[in-house]
Amino acid sequence: MFRPMRLTVADLDCQRSGRFVFSGLSFELGGGEALALTGRNGAGKSSLLQILAGLLQPAAGRIAVDGTGDDLTLPELAHYVGHRDALKPALTPLESLAFWQAMLGEPAMTPDEALDRMSLDHAADLPCAYLSAGQRRRLALARLLVSRRPVWLLDEPTSALDAASQEVFAGLVAAHLASDGLVIAATHVPLGFEAARTLRLGEPT
Amino acid sequence: MSALRALLLRELRLAARIGGGGAMGLVFFLMLVTVVPFAVGPDLNLLSRIGPAILWIAAALATLLGLDRLFQADAEDGSLDLLMMSRTPLEAIVLVKAAAHWLATGLPLALAAPFLGLLLALTPEAMGGMAVTLLVGTPALTFIGATGAALTASLRRGGLVLSILVLPLMVPVLIFGVSAANAASGGTVPFMTPFLVLCALSLMAMAVGTLGAAAALRAATA
Repeated sequence: MFRPMRLTVADLDCQRSGRFVFSGLSFELGGGEALALTGRNGAGKSSLLQILAGLLQPAAGRIAVDGTGDDLTLPELAHYVGHRDALKPALTPLESLAFWQAMLGEPAMTPDEALDRMSLDHAADLPCAYLSAGQRRRLALARLLVSRRPVWLLDEPTSALDAASQEVFAGLVAAHLASDGLVIAATHVPLGFEAARTLRLGEPT
Repeated sequence: MSALRALLLRELRLAARIGGGGAMGLVFFLMLVTVVPFAVGPDLNLLSRIGPAILWIAAALATLLGLDRLFQADAEDGSLDLLMMSRTPLEAIVLVKAAAHWLATGLPLALAAPFLGLLLALTPEAMGGMAVTLLVGTPALTFIGATGAALTASLRRGGLVLSILVLPLMVPVLIFGVSAANAASGGTVPFMTPFLVLCALSLMAMAVGTLGAAAALRAATA
């Protein structure tokens, strides 16, 4: 179980190359809750996730996390699975996961167990260059399992996944929510898990 | 600490495997140095006089060769985003990545220099001087280059901009490196004078280059 934490986003403005992507965005999310971000292409779903992950500076607004009991920042508490999967073609899945486990800290499952869970155990020692798009995505998602972080920021997590893997993924998210974790996912398609709330970006308000 | 050890191990692994830049710098160094005697001609006195300069120029260019990928490769595949979200300070990450780059390119150059010195008719003292000066001087090249690599991490074809940015900054290292290597085989200047300046340049580059590269990577998110 994670400590009960609360994420507050207030009056967030996002500007990219001088153009407002969204402005005045506010929401709150507590432990065990999920937020699905929807909206047309270019509405700012990925930008919002990148801002939350600390990879992009917001033009204005405030992001706060309370109740974690230590002074870690949101990026240090979050897993981010973006469009780019952070895999090196020359490394094997096992090596990649072991590296990210050491780098991201707070080890949870062993890399072997995580690969097993994502049904990638047969490819554990194959260089990532030989993996298919779906396998790469599954490996990127396996990163969520090897290191314990309460906030999951997911950008189109189910793209390239087959039906069986989508089901496995929905199970992982449900387990994460059950242990009081937070999930924020950008998506066009139903994610297969009960999102507590949906935030539609790019709608005239 | 285990995070940094894992990072070092990963960088060295990547350098050693297919597509890594590990051997590239060394092969380039080898090519440049073997071609020079053919171009200059069989004048052994001339060769041994310009030998240290040739080796140092080759080392600087060989270092530059793989440097543009230092942060660019991680920026392209998204690894850099995750590295920035780790609980390790970015400065420490930069330091380890640059150190790994030096271990994979700079160190082999310094170790190979005495053997290549044979081709340039260097005296044994000059070969020793070459190895020692490259050993303490190549970290300066790597760390000066690291700042440039961080600045150009998000640019496609950033290698050219990188070279133009950092080559002028490498000139002092080149000057003191060559003069220390020359002083090792006799001359009016005592060896320690340029050698200690070279050591100082390396230490300075490590501190300033690490901070500069981390700042440049952070600025890229703004």
